[in-house]
Amino acid sequence: MQYFSQGKILGFPVWFKLSTIRAGLICKLKMILGEIDVTQVTLMVNGTQHNEDVSDYMLLADFIREKLKLTGTHVGCDTSQCGACVIHIDGISVKSCTMLAVQADGCNITTIEGLADGDVLHPMQQAFHENHGLQCGFCTPGMIMSAIELIDGKPDISEAEIRQGLEGNLCRCTGYQNIVKSVHEAAKVERR
Amino acid sequence: MYSFNYLKPVSIEDAASMLSESDEHKVISGGMTLIPTLKQRLARVERLIGLEKCGLSEIKLDGELLKIGAMATHAEVSESDIVVMENPAIAELASHIGDRQVRNRGTIGGSLANNDPSACYPAAILALGGIIHTTKRDINAEEFFVDLFETALEEDEIITAVSLPKPDAAAYEKFPNPASRYAMVGVFVAKFNSEIRVAVTGAGEEGVFRCSEIETALLKAFSSESLSDSTISADGLMSDIHAEADYRAHLIVEMAKRAVTKSARR
Repeated sequence: MQYFSQGKILGFPVWFKLSTIRAGLICKLKMILGEIDVTQVTLMVNGTQHNEDVSDYMLLADFIREKLKLTGTHVGCDTSQCGACVIHIDGISVKSCTMLAVQADGCNITTIEGLADGDVLHPMQQAFHENHGLQCGFCTPGMIMSAIELIDGKPDISEAEIRQGLEGNLCRCTGYQNIVKSVHEAAKVERR
Repeated sequence: MYSFNYLKPVSIEDAASMLSESDEHKVISGGMTLIPTLKQRLARVERLIGLEKCGLSEIKLDGELLKIGAMATHAEVSESDIVVMENPAIAELASHIGDRQVRNRGTIGGSLANNDPSACYPAAILALGGIIHTTKRDINAEEFFVDLFETALEEDEIITAVSLPKPDAAAYEKFPNPASRYAMVGVFVAKFNSEIRVAVTGAGEEGVFRCSEIETALLKAFSSESLSDSTISADGLMSDIHAEADYRAHLIVEMAKRAVTKSARR
């Protein structure tokens, strides 16, 4: 009874849950009836080609995590603010929670899983490792993906530019000091 | 998110005809506002018409005017050599919208069509007296911005490009909300021969507006000292948890001063 009291299920009002369930069922029904398009997308992810059927409204982050099982890409806020879901599309950093899988059709995607060369970490990953650029680690995949684009072609990037450039990535442990230090070190490695 | 179908027309004419088929069809460019809105179920569409294959991202000089394609992203605008040469204030404004990942997806056409009261671009387009080209006509900036999230666009009309005249001097300065980084007040000042045009975003109850008090004060001399005694009425300005109307009125003058000073440095 504690789960269903005062018109609430698990803390959510009944009408909320019912409408969500109803919307889900209607959606499934529409799919079966062919009213909702399922589109086949072809994309390269970390060097492997994938052909998958996706519903048109599937988010790219969900596609990567649930269809491809690449769970290194995190969804923190789901409101385009935290940047834990940042990936590269054709070399450009984007927030995969704010893009649809169908929009990435034909694109070349790199996720955090695609950076290391076997057991050899990417220089940015190595820099985070050596400088303790993480505390709980949740924001790290997005931080690293954003930072790689940020320092590209900028070996002399300043600390201020790094802080400004990472404004789309939030660390709730507030461990920015070592994150910035890691990115700075990685930029120096690039200079060598 | 409610379910919808996604269409990818290959020309803007096809996109416009798909859009005209139903009120439930909507156009998407970068999706930096629309996708979060759909995710929160604040909007519902039957079909989403993606413009990514319509090729509207060209940035070029069209005679005296700088013409920016509607699908040019903020990152493309801020890094375009033509924009940096012709209208550096626009390049600088674009480089401070949202964060890097938002700038990589968000477009000038999408920003203008959405007409968010805190968006940066509307201030620039209004202050520069730009022209918004659509699939049906050309609209002057003055007529384009109607109210909060409301523009002169008809239901089946799509922005294709924006044309901007070259000012003698111009700059944009914003006071970002400490949390969201949206402009709590943003002021774009532009000087053309004998005319001064100043537009304010983030503050007006009806969205972006031209500020005649500041324009008149700057006519005497285009310098921040001309604004040292200026005050602006708080009537018609927004009050919310972030700032009261009188604070926004104060910020308008301060941002205008900074923008004028910045424009002189170029």
